Amino acid sequence: MPKVTIDGREIEVPAGITVIQACEIAGVEIPRFCYHERLSVAGNCRMCLVEMEVPKSPKPIASCAMPVADKMVIRTDTEAVQKARRGVMEFLLINHPLDCPICDQGGECDLQDQAMAYGFDRSRFRENKRAVPEKYLGPLVKTHMTRCIHCTRCVRFATEVAGVEELGAVYRGEQMEITSYIERALTSELSGNIIDLCPVGALTSKPYAFIARPWELEKTDSIDVHDAVGANIRVDTRGREVLRVLPRVNEEVNEEWLADKSRFAYDGLKRQRLDRCFIRVNGRLTSATWAQAFEAIAQRLSGVAPTRIAAIAGDLVDAEAMYALKGMMTALGSPHMDCRQDGAALDPSVRASYLFNTTIAGIEQADACLLIGTNPRREAPLINARLRKRWLTGSLRVGSVGPELDLTFPVEPLGVGPDTLLQIAAGGHAFASVLSQAKRPMLILGQGALARPDGSAVLKLARDIAERCGLVKPEEGWNGFNVLHTAAARVGGLDLGFVPGPGGLDTAGIIAGAERGEIDAVYLLGADELPTDRLGNAFVIYQGHHGDAGAHRADVILPGAAYTEKDGTYLNTEGRVQRGVAAVFPLGEAREDWTILRALCERLGHRLPYDSIGQLRAALQAEHPHFAELDEIVPADWGSFGREGPLDPAPFRSPIENYYMTDAISRASETMAKCTEVYVLGSQQRTGTHG
Amino acid sequence: MLHDRDRIFTNLFGQDDWRLAAARRRGVWDDTKSLILRGRDAIIDEVKKSDLRGRGGAGFPTGLKWSFMPKQSDGRPSFLVVNADESEPGTCKDRDILRFDPHRLLEGCLVAGFAMGASACYIYIRGEFYNEASNVQLAIDEAYEAGLIGKNACGSGYDYDIYLHRGAGAYICGEETALLESLEGKKGMPRLKPPFPAAVGLYGCPTTVNNVETIAVVPTILRRGVDWWLGIGRPKNTGTKIFCISGHVNKPCNVEEAMGIPLRELIDRHAGGVRGGWDNLLAVIPGGSSVPCLPKPICDEVLMDFDSLREVKSGLGTAAVIVMDKSTDIIAAIARLSHFYMHESCGQCTPCREGTGWMWRMMERLVRGEAVPEEIDVLLQVAGEVEGHTICALGDAAAWPVQGLIRHFRPELERRIAESRSLRRAAE
Repeated sequence: MPKVTIDGREIEVPAGITVIQACEIAGVEIPRFCYHERLSVAGNCRMCLVEMEVPKSPKPIASCAMPVADKMVIRTDTEAVQKARRGVMEFLLINHPLDCPICDQGGECDLQDQAMAYGFDRSRFRENKRAVPEKYLGPLVKTHMTRCIHCTRCVRFATEVAGVEELGAVYRGEQMEITSYIERALTSELSGNIIDLCPVGALTSKPYAFIARPWELEKTDSIDVHDAVGANIRVDTRGREVLRVLPRVNEEVNEEWLADKSRFAYDGLKRQRLDRCFIRVNGRLTSATWAQAFEAIAQRLSGVAPTRIAAIAGDLVDAEAMYALKGMMTALGSPHMDCRQDGAALDPSVRASYLFNTTIAGIEQADACLLIGTNPRREAPLINARLRKRWLTGSLRVGSVGPELDLTFPVEPLGVGPDTLLQIAAGGHAFASVLSQAKRPMLILGQGALARPDGSAVLKLARDIAERCGLVKPEEGWNGFNVLHTAAARVGGLDLGFVPGPGGLDTAGIIAGAERGEIDAVYLLGADELPTDRLGNAFVIYQGHHGDAGAHRADVILPGAAYTEKDGTYLNTEGRVQRGVAAVFPLGEAREDWTILRALCERLGHRLPYDSIGQLRAALQAEHPHFAELDEIVPADWGSFGREGPLDPAPFRSPIENYYMTDAISRASETMAKCTEVYVLGSQQRTGTHG
Repeated sequence: MLHDRDRIFTNLFGQDDWRLAAARRRGVWDDTKSLILRGRDAIIDEVKKSDLRGRGGAGFPTGLKWSFMPKQSDGRPSFLVVNADESEPGTCKDRDILRFDPHRLLEGCLVAGFAMGASACYIYIRGEFYNEASNVQLAIDEAYEAGLIGKNACGSGYDYDIYLHRGAGAYICGEETALLESLEGKKGMPRLKPPFPAAVGLYGCPTTVNNVETIAVVPTILRRGVDWWLGIGRPKNTGTKIFCISGHVNKPCNVEEAMGIPLRELIDRHAGGVRGGWDNLLAVIPGGSSVPCLPKPICDEVLMDFDSLREVKSGLGTAAVIVMDKSTDIIAAIARLSHFYMHESCGQCTPCREGTGWMWRMMERLVRGEAVPEEIDVLLQVAGEVEGHTICALGDAAAWPVQGLIRHFRPELERRIAESRSLRRAAE
């Protein structure tokens, strides 16, 4: 390990790092704008200049770009360094508009902060300042390019991490502008991250524009539920309103990125909300008190045989609510419950069969990947970004059986349906040998391949491929079998057994039963993604937070809390146990979901054995110990799963057609509606000729 | 004064034909095989001993630069890139080599490329040099046809290709790493160093970038011997150099002269003297637009080589001598250079992007005297904040002329300000 001396203190640092990182290790702060540890080094802002005494450099060096060498002597506290920093700061400020009072970055601006440390208190610049025309980057990112300091972080992010070469710099010298070249929206599901990366107010959030100042916001660390990645987020609120959502760093999950839906769908939390109870009277929903709603349910359910009651849990539900609903169903004596509202043939008996066993961080070791019926770019943009990150190292080969894909990196199209899987499983396909010869092979099985009548047989085929091509190597601690979920609630539901009990019906069975009149009552816990028009004459209780498909069909509506309004446990697609924390209170008369179930169950004559979320969690953890392992992944044992059966040659389809609208919250979001219009319906910015 | 027998560029004025047959008559491609057969190390050793310094402006020892190239390939090929993007204002020496003596350059490319183990050579020529590019390309074709380059070049058993690439006219593409970027098809923006091109250069492969003149003189040094070369010029500033004399002289010209020739002798003997006589001299920019100007008292004595000019806080640069007589508005002249550097700044790094425009605007006001005397110090400080803080040397190049102006002509700046102020006062 090289020894370097920084400001007279000798430290040992890992080889291969740069001087700026060594200074960080030494606890010396180096100001910077263009340098970002997750992006390539640009070295263009010149803010991080330091002096190098050994080996002697006549000019100050850019510490972000200089690799450390043994016996290097660095000084960061000399007059020359101070002069360089002051000079660069002055240059950055001469053409910067200094419109901090009307800038959304104000209060969290790198330039503002560093100007406090290195700037002058007045300007010597007597010329006119430069003005730069605004750019159009789509409905999410607002530009104010006059503020741009040309650090090129956004360009590097778009090119390297997001994989869309749509940003760049045109012109040169002081005329240089960062632009999308052709004034089109950035076609990336990760575009919001350039807002975080921008060290000044050149790129800000369009929906958040002129809404708040950072110091007014209350910050709550939580977990995202818009996909099954479980990205770590920070929910910024003021009063009872969620004003924005930002990513938190978690190297194992989202690094420091966040997908656009997770970041921008929060305005859906203010629309289409269920804020009180409703009862359907003469075909019309009329508002009601909790007591009236519970009374209506109790009356309707009295005398109904338990086996004629069923429950389905939706995609955004926390584990506590599912556990409470399961408790209620068990108390009532009904085995009919399911958390797989899309009907995916997931096998709850073998945990490894429905987890992303490789783990998201584990993708960075994989060298071959087979995608089956999945489009990770739409289903989990952050996992797609990891695949891209691995691909960029040149070590990952990706093949796909399923829909045509544009994942921002090359994917070999192997086929469209189960026929190709059969060939790979039989070893006759070329990609089978790619997998077999790889050191760390993996496959990703999407819900598009499982949520079909032959899903169980496809699952068996995937297991065959995993076993025959050596994807599962327990002795090396490698399991390359992965299921990519699209719902934040799914793994939690499967883990705590929100699945049909002995003799119970699954989702398809419940719907068919309701249609035939064999099921009299259906309890929908936030379940909207199922054919609600096929529930026949069943009495439908909908508990949730949005007036979406489920609420429209409901006979009684119980208003629940959205993910920002309740403490809840979510297991992401890896099986990682993470806790969301309430950032605001539930809306109106809405309550945290488990409390509704606890109260309703008591009204129905059964007392659930917990009175606080702590007691509920204790009970849950007693039954399923791994729920106590917060932020951990408990590796799952391999087993036998999937059923051989007839295969449907129909091609696999991704379950997500429109990335921007996948759940009740994003469907209610105006921002997501704009994104849908631009990205899915294909229209671009409207001009005067648009009628 | 340099004897005719010691001249390398014997067709500098285009009095003879530039094609292969005529070039051979002038001694180009004369038994090049034997030069190559001396071996890599011998050639580099010879060049090192000759103290040849790069002719592109920085004056880095050429042999040392070549020795940075890997002796053994790690699987990557090595490249020689010839910088023919001559764009420094005042400089036109490479142009005459390219159009009148292209074979001398090509022979140098082969010998230098062999010495550094390059498998190919790219000549990056300035886009505006259309006829020059045409001549070089025809010369390359001739050389291929004659078996001088290509497979088994000159019968030496060494395979070597030369490609010509035309730039698109950006000054910054003459900076070696921006040139490599441009050659790769990217925007011409300088790279960060380290890594240096000798480790990671063109397409990520070891690369040496040399100036046209540097490469073109190598075969002659090898043929005539190091001692001959060392006999010309001063220690560490050896050999001959093409000087480009322009501006207020009676006969602007390109001339090959010995390094270390006194500036006055150079101008008087070759350029017909300063317009209106030596006493009419105001200042000289001795090495292309980017070096600080020198006022007459220094010009009286100074020698034209790297170290002498550095002692007077200027530089030899490309040896483009820009002469200004007393009719010159020196502030306007330097302001024009500031405009040039603002226009040619690539915009990548902060001090140059923002500082060149600021300096130009201040210079423009100083031309009209619309400033306060304290602003001269602001300008000097701004120039100091640009200098040495940028990725490439363009920032330095933009700062030096301004610094030279203030160093030597501060009274003129102050006079202009005072004059403007009194005029304004009179108008009021």
